[in-house]
Amino acid sequence: MTRPSITEVVCYAVILFLVVCAVAPWMLAPGDPLAIDPSAAFQPPSFSHLFGTDESGRDLYTRVVYGAAPSLLIGVAATAIGIALAVVLGTAAGLGPRWLDFGTSRLLEVLFALPGLLLALLFIVVYGPGIATSTIAVGLATAPGYARIIRSQMRAVSTAPYVEAAVVLGRGGWQRFSRTIMPNVGASLFVLVTLGVGQSIVWASSLSYLGLGAKPPTAEWGALLAAGRTYISSFWWLTFFPGLFIVLSAAAATVLGRSWQNRGRRA
Amino acid sequence: MTFAAVHTAGADLDSASRPGGRALRWLITRLAGCLFVLVAAATITFFALRLIPGDPAQAVLGGPGSQASEAALNHAREEYGLNQPLIVQYLLQLGRYATGDLGTSYSLHEPVATVIGQQLGNTLILAITSLAAAWLFALLLAMWSARGGRIGTAIGSGLEIVAAAVPHFWLATVLILLFSSTLGWLPAVNVPGPIGLVLPTITLAVPLAGFLGQVMRESLLDATASPFVQSVRARGESELGVLWRHTLRHAALPAISLSAWALGSLISGAVVVETIFARPGIGRTLLAAVSDRDVPLVSGIVLVVALVYVLMTVLADVMDRLADPRLRVTRR
Repeated sequence: MTRPSITEVVCYAVILFLVVCAVAPWMLAPGDPLAIDPSAAFQPPSFSHLFGTDESGRDLYTRVVYGAAPSLLIGVAATAIGIALAVVLGTAAGLGPRWLDFGTSRLLEVLFALPGLLLALLFIVVYGPGIATSTIAVGLATAPGYARIIRSQMRAVSTAPYVEAAVVLGRGGWQRFSRTIMPNVGASLFVLVTLGVGQSIVWASSLSYLGLGAKPPTAEWGALLAAGRTYISSFWWLTFFPGLFIVLSAAAATVLGRSWQNRGRRA
Repeated sequence: MTFAAVHTAGADLDSASRPGGRALRWLITRLAGCLFVLVAAATITFFALRLIPGDPAQAVLGGPGSQASEAALNHAREEYGLNQPLIVQYLLQLGRYATGDLGTSYSLHEPVATVIGQQLGNTLILAITSLAAAWLFALLLAMWSARGGRIGTAIGSGLEIVAAAVPHFWLATVLILLFSSTLGWLPAVNVPGPIGLVLPTITLAVPLAGFLGQVMRESLLDATASPFVQSVRARGESELGVLWRHTLRHAALPAISLSAWALGSLISGAVVVETIFARPGIGRTLLAAVSDRDVPLVSGIVLVVALVYVLMTVLADVMDRLADPRLRVTRR
């Protein structure tokens, strides 16, 4: 195990900070995120209001800190849905019989032709906008990409000598899958999840921004941005700071995911 | 000589005697695959949109709020063929798609093909300029970070990761703040002509350039470290010559293969960017159609985007084969 680099330490710190925001927001922001104060509307960032205030005089810093919980939760839940679907599809294609691989791979090809948000939007047309549907939609839309990676991982691992050894030792199908194949695919799955969370946060907040996900007055970051959009030319802080938190969390997750990936490759 | 080698050599002779024959066969197989993907995409869209709760005839007449009369509902069912069995409706739909008829939009009361025809050009222009800009940014970034030493690489790869993680809507916001509100150099909303294209293009290009730059840098570094580059250097080729004639090709290859995916991500990014910059286009139309639950318009746009995507994958494959002679020789 090599020592973590400075970049990694910074990323761990950012993630720790965001987790504290999500779990115990009152430790970092003592105020009430919904407390309005019309006399203090549209204050620019200052020492009393670090990120300024919005149209009802609500403290933006408090709202952004409280927004960490829904935003991160949506990102994590969407990734979990996406990865779970992808594991089922990827395992079926990677370990199943030829016809199953053929069928699943064709299905994935078709889903790839509905790029990114398109699949998510299709899901939202059917089930209507909202936090739950946009979360599922993002999970669904990211699943094909993960499934393709997992399939090739499964392929590579299942032909490895140690799996052959397990066959020779008389291990049954399920035992071979759970004891031999999964632990070896697990490490790259972990990397995939880390990289995916960043992406999911960005996508889910995009949907909220478009008015298809979380709705104001929820303090979710995308919804905060959408609310601030009206005032973009006069009150920049309303869109700048929520967006900054999205970028920070997505970048931190991506950097960590990549550095774990590189470690795995070197090891 | 092994059996496999004899086999390949024989295949090469075979293709040499019929120049272009194998390339043509490859292209036909590829296009047939595309047709399959399109039909499947149309099928998924058709049945998925049938899951929308409520009476489809009601949706035609503007949703449950419109309080349409029973007679009007019956008329709508008749007109759109909604009283036929689902499978018949599905087959009729495919038949109409095959003749280029995408149906009539519920919300705009215009043929979907006309609506898409008016909007697609705008989005394609935006997507293509963004793709070109992303390529340029990515190439510059990759070249700089691949030869910039330790610190240069660290800064370059950091920039790439941040660029790739930036959501479109935030980047657009920051660019508008900087270039429109503060400096006043560029318009925040769409104006006709190239000047209105600048900010939307940068917004779409930067995150993509982050992704492409990461891929390009890795293959550029691999190529630079490979023995053939050493031998080229030993022959006295200049740094620029090595880059231009030898390693750049390798850096471009994976990025070419990714360009279909890139175009797809640009089109879904266009949904956000066109909304922010109030720019007419397919993305903004799609968002409106999603909010209105305009089934024919949504399925028409989905189908056209899928068509653009599959054509782009074929184009990327053709370009791959042009840029990489190895793909033309080995059997696929």
